[in-house]
Amino acid sequence: MTPGLIGAPLNVAQLYLDGVCRSFDGFKAINGLSLAVEKGELRAVIGPNGAGKTTMMDIITGKTRPDEGKVVWNGDTDLTRIDEAGVARLGIGRKFQKPTVFETHSVEDNIRLALKAPRGVFPVLFDRRSAEENRRVTEYLDRIRLTHLRAETAANLSHGQKQWLEIGMLLAQEPQLLLVDEPAAGMTDAETMETAELLKSIAGERTVIVVEHDMDFVRALNCRVTVLHQGSVLAEGSLDHVSAREDVIEVYLGR
Amino acid sequence: MTRLIDLRLGLFLAALFAVTVLAPLATTLPSTSALNLPSYLIPLMGKYLCYALLAVALDLCWGYAGILSLGHGAFFALGGYAMGMHLMREIGARGVYANPELPDFMVFLGWTELPWFWYGFDMFWFAAVMALAVPGLLAFVFGWFAFRSRVSGVYLSIITQALTFALLLAFFRNDMGFGGNNGLTDFRDVLGFSLSAPSTRIALFVLTAVALAGCMLLARAITISKAGKVLVAVRDAESRTRFLGYRVESYSVFVFTVSAMMAGLAGALYVPQVGIINPGEFAPANSIEIVVWVALGGRGTLVGAAIGALVVVALKSWLTATFPDLWLFALGGLFILVTLALPNGLLGLVDRLKPRKAKPATEVPA
Ligand SMILES: Nc1ncnc2c1ncn2[C@@H]1O[C@H](COP(=O)(O)OP(=O)(O)OP(=O)(O)O)[C@@H](O)[C@H]1O
Ligand SMILES: [Mg+2]
Repeated sequence: MTPGLIGAPLNVAQLYLDGVCRSFDGFKAINGLSLAVEKGELRAVIGPNGAGKTTMMDIITGKTRPDEGKVVWNGDTDLTRIDEAGVARLGIGRKFQKPTVFETHSVEDNIRLALKAPRGVFPVLFDRRSAEENRRVTEYLDRIRLTHLRAETAANLSHGQKQWLEIGMLLAQEPQLLLVDEPAAGMTDAETMETAELLKSIAGERTVIVVEHDMDFVRALNCRVTVLHQGSVLAEGSLDHVSAREDVIEVYLGR
Repeated sequence: MTRLIDLRLGLFLAALFAVTVLAPLATTLPSTSALNLPSYLIPLMGKYLCYALLAVALDLCWGYAGILSLGHGAFFALGGYAMGMHLMREIGARGVYANPELPDFMVFLGWTELPWFWYGFDMFWFAAVMALAVPGLLAFVFGWFAFRSRVSGVYLSIITQALTFALLLAFFRNDMGFGGNNGLTDFRDVLGFSLSAPSTRIALFVLTAVALAGCMLLARAITISKAGKVLVAVRDAESRTRFLGYRVESYSVFVFTVSAMMAGLAGALYVPQVGIINPGEFAPANSIEIVVWVALGGRGTLVGAAIGALVVVALKSWLTATFPDLWLFALGGLFILVTLALPNGLLGLVDRLKPRKAKPATEVPA
């Protein structure tokens, strides 16, 4: 255990952000952000536009380097020193706010590229498609209900289908931690609820952090909620707890 | 599973095979025959195939991995110089100055000793290895620094252009030891066979055709492999690829290096057929021309790149012979035409003219 860190979080926290700061051109997008998430936890992160939710994910995944602070993974690894691919290989998967899939590849190939497997050039170059791999691809396609579009080029999918595909890619990586940025955008109400169910079913076995503006969705997740505001934590607790707080209503919910 | 040889590649390879068999046969016909092919055209055709190979090399890294190199002429020229150095050494004492050790230009410059970097080039195998290794190593080191610092897009294009320009200036200097301005020429023979003998010409032509076919198959194998899919993924959504755990820079360096080695091979085959290599091959405009070939043929298709090279080079030979002043305008015009009207090149045009194929049946898992 690193000396200087107080309290229990480090022992149990799978992910621990400690006093993280990051400014862009003098603007403090993340400002002394501290957050601990336990293994297997499902956590919702809410907050107004520009609160720093996406930037927080950028920092966890090695896309953005913080100016200050640490991001501790499993109590011993400082993620701020690792590049994106390295963070992904540690078992941290991410879904972007804007759905990002490989547009010119088929739906199937999108999943195939995401499947947990060696990522080095040569093993990938000589990778032979196996029956087992096909079985796994089918399994994830079934799970996101895109099996019928298996051979379709991803560019031809609707916005919602791309969201599903990206979620499928995230699952196929079999990460220990899933960072999911606004998964419900572009989905129908029914799909939104399905997504909530899906994420709930994944949590427990894996850790899930979800950013979402849709309050029905957050309610359906029925989990601990962190409210971000101006780059740091404004409130944390159950949805009922945080949504009863004056300051949260003022900066976010009340608008 | 995608087939290694699809219809397009199959047709192209069949046509290449036919030409490779028929052209040498046609040179043996009596000169009165209408089908007679003058023997001097064989090296010219060989030269065209070298350009086609160079285009395939560029397409592998630009068309699939999105790395727009404006310096591929440099890798081609380096391969050419490696082979040229061997051919120079093979002249031996038959040069103007009859020095068994030193090429003529060194004697002319008053040098008394062979520079160290010319050692080994008296052996063909060494030159052949160097023709691949030097461009490959340069691309590897250059790519390693560039891709690791995440230089991409326009910036990468500019520094590759700067690379070939720097080499152009360096190779122009006499004291670099590569024949300066004049380059390397006056070759006599290769592996003991006279370069002007029709049989040697035919052998080189056939070898070039085999190299082209081989590299197209290799490039195709790479692009249909899972790693090829990663390359396309990088082109389409680089950060998505990184967040899946792929080290994008490794893939970029890999494909850039393979591509540079193919370009080096093309250069090595080009020099004995053309009979000269000089610093002009490093000219930035040459590298840009390769991009036009690939764009015109259809990037990301391999076959299109080869066809684009053949079409543009044939057009160039014709234009420079008939309207010498027009060539550069024609090249510029072609580039604009392709960018505006043919984003997918000639092959894209063919695809558009074809009646729309029914949607491909869902692939059945093996
Ligand atoms: N790379 C960057 N360069 C400059 N400013 C940035 C960068 N990334 C984020 N920001 C700024 O940081 C602030 C936080 O942005 P962020 O995207 O994290 O907000 P968010 O909470 O995800 O908002 P939203 O709900 O709209 O997605 C914004 O003001 C944004 O403009
Ligand atoms: Mg955001």
